[in-house]
This record gives sequence, structure tokens and C-alpha cells, in this order.
Amino acid sequence: MSDLAIRENSLGRLASVIRNIPSATLAVLPDTAKLLFRGRPAAVDVAGRAFGVAMPQEACRFSARGGRTAYWCGPDEWLLQAGGEASAALFASLDAALAGQSYSLVDVSHRSDAITLSGPEAAYILNHGCPLDLSLQTFPVGMCTRTIFGKATIMLSRPAPELFHIDVWRSFASYVWQLLEEACGEFA
Amino acid sequence: MLLIPCPHCGPRAELEFSYGGEAHIARPVDPASIDDDSWVTFLYERSNPRGVHAERWRHLHGCGRFFNVLRDTVSDTIAASYPAGQPRPALSPDGKGTKR
Repeated sequence: MSDLAIRENSLGRLASVIRNIPSATLAVLPDTAKLLFRGRPAAVDVAGRAFGVAMPQEACRFSARGGRTAYWCGPDEWLLQAGGEASAALFASLDAALAGQSYSLVDVSHRSDAITLSGPEAAYILNHGCPLDLSLQTFPVGMCTRTIFGKATIMLSRPAPELFHIDVWRSFASYVWQLLEEACGEFA
Repeated sequence: MLLIPCPHCGPRAELEFSYGGEAHIARPVDPASIDDDSWVTFLYERSNPRGVHAERWRHLHGCGRFFNVLRDTVSDTIAASYPAGQPRPALSPDGKGTKR
């Protein structure tokens, strides 16, 4: 069924008027399959093996292998992301592997859109709406967390020192994008 | 703004949290069997102390979990935070932290 749903990225139209600002560059990430997994430790191990990426046990960390990434969301909650894969097939494979376990698995692929913010001023731009200390000491590469940007909840992660990924629910996406773009205007 | 230590995510700005009222108030196991006064006590009566207060917070824009905080209602000093379900920790005599 989910394969029949027509999905349009909520940022598609905004991203077409993107400005070239090297110190803080905004871009839209392609759509990916996203599953939200919750479960007890036994199910977590099984899910990690089936997904191919172990669920990070340390708080606020993500681990990636190939195109697949597992983000820590809470003590028993992880976001599983798989670029370029069909979410229905991924869901079915995990669901089959987890048979007999107590767990919750929800396909949230259509819930959010993702933005990258890169460049030497990326952390400064994010701090326009986000209260976190984004220095490399307190927010190192490999860290992810849900936090707040302006009035919207975002999932913020840092795959490289000057690169941030922002995953935001699609109804908030244009708000977050426009607020970021306004902040980036300082360097235009 | 308060800096609230989430037991899972560490210290975060108050803006990421929502307040959940006084902690350690257990719902009566069988509400039908208790009298009205006990039910009123459970629903409405709170300790409202001037000093250290055990309260629930939820890391709404974060890990999403409820946890408890010991906060001084006069100075807003947060002495301890601990996961939901754990007993209230005893404070050291100076009130600045928990007893080890």
C-alpha cells in the first residue's frame, strides 16, 4: 500500500531558490526510508543484526554503515534510516527477523524531510534557533539528538565537523528552512 | 532559563522540557474503594513547599522521557535528577547535592 502513496518533498519548491553562501550552505537531502524502532534489549540486538547496524547504546549517538544509519532517540528508541531503499521491503525484513520479540516498529518515512547545513559557520547559524552548545567538545562528530530550533522540534546530527543534518517533521520543514535561510543571509 | 539535567541526555535548556507537576504521587490502586476525601487528596492536594521540591519533567524536545528533579523553589537550584520510578534521593546536609 505504502508504495502507492505519492509523496512530494515539502522543501522541493523552497530549495529551488537556494542561495550560494559558502560559509553556511543549505541543501535538501533526498528522501530515505525511515523506521522508528522501540524494544527491550533482547529485541534491540535482533533488530541491530537484521538491520546490519547495531543500535548505539550510548545516549545521543548514531552509527552508520553503508547507506544505513541507526540514530539513538531515547533509552529504548532508535530511528533507522536507509537511503535509496524501499521502506516497505525494509519493514518486512525487520518484522520477519523480530518475530516472537516484544517491540514496536513504525514506518515514518513520510513524516519528515531532511536538510543539510554545511560550512564553517554552520554551528553559528544553528545557534540562531537552537540552545545547544555545538562546539566539537560537547557536540562531537557522531552525535545526534532531538532538540528545538525556533519553535520546531528537529533531529540534529553531526556526520562531520562542519556538516549538520536536520530531520524535521514535514509540516515544520518550510518554517525551519526559512528561518535557517534568514540566518544564513548574514553571510550572503 | 533553567539548565535541567536530563538523566539520559545530560544538561539541556529548559525550553526543551515540559513540566509535569509534583513527583511521587501514586494513583490509588482501586479508586472505587476509597472515600471522596482520599480521592480529593490524590487529585488536588500538593505539598507546595518553600524549599526542595520533587517534581516531574519531560524531555519533550529530546529523548521524550519523564524523569524527576529535586529543585529548590526559592533559589531554583537543581540538586538532583533521577529516572522515573526511582525513590527520591536523600540530600546532603548543605542541600547542594545527593548523599553518596
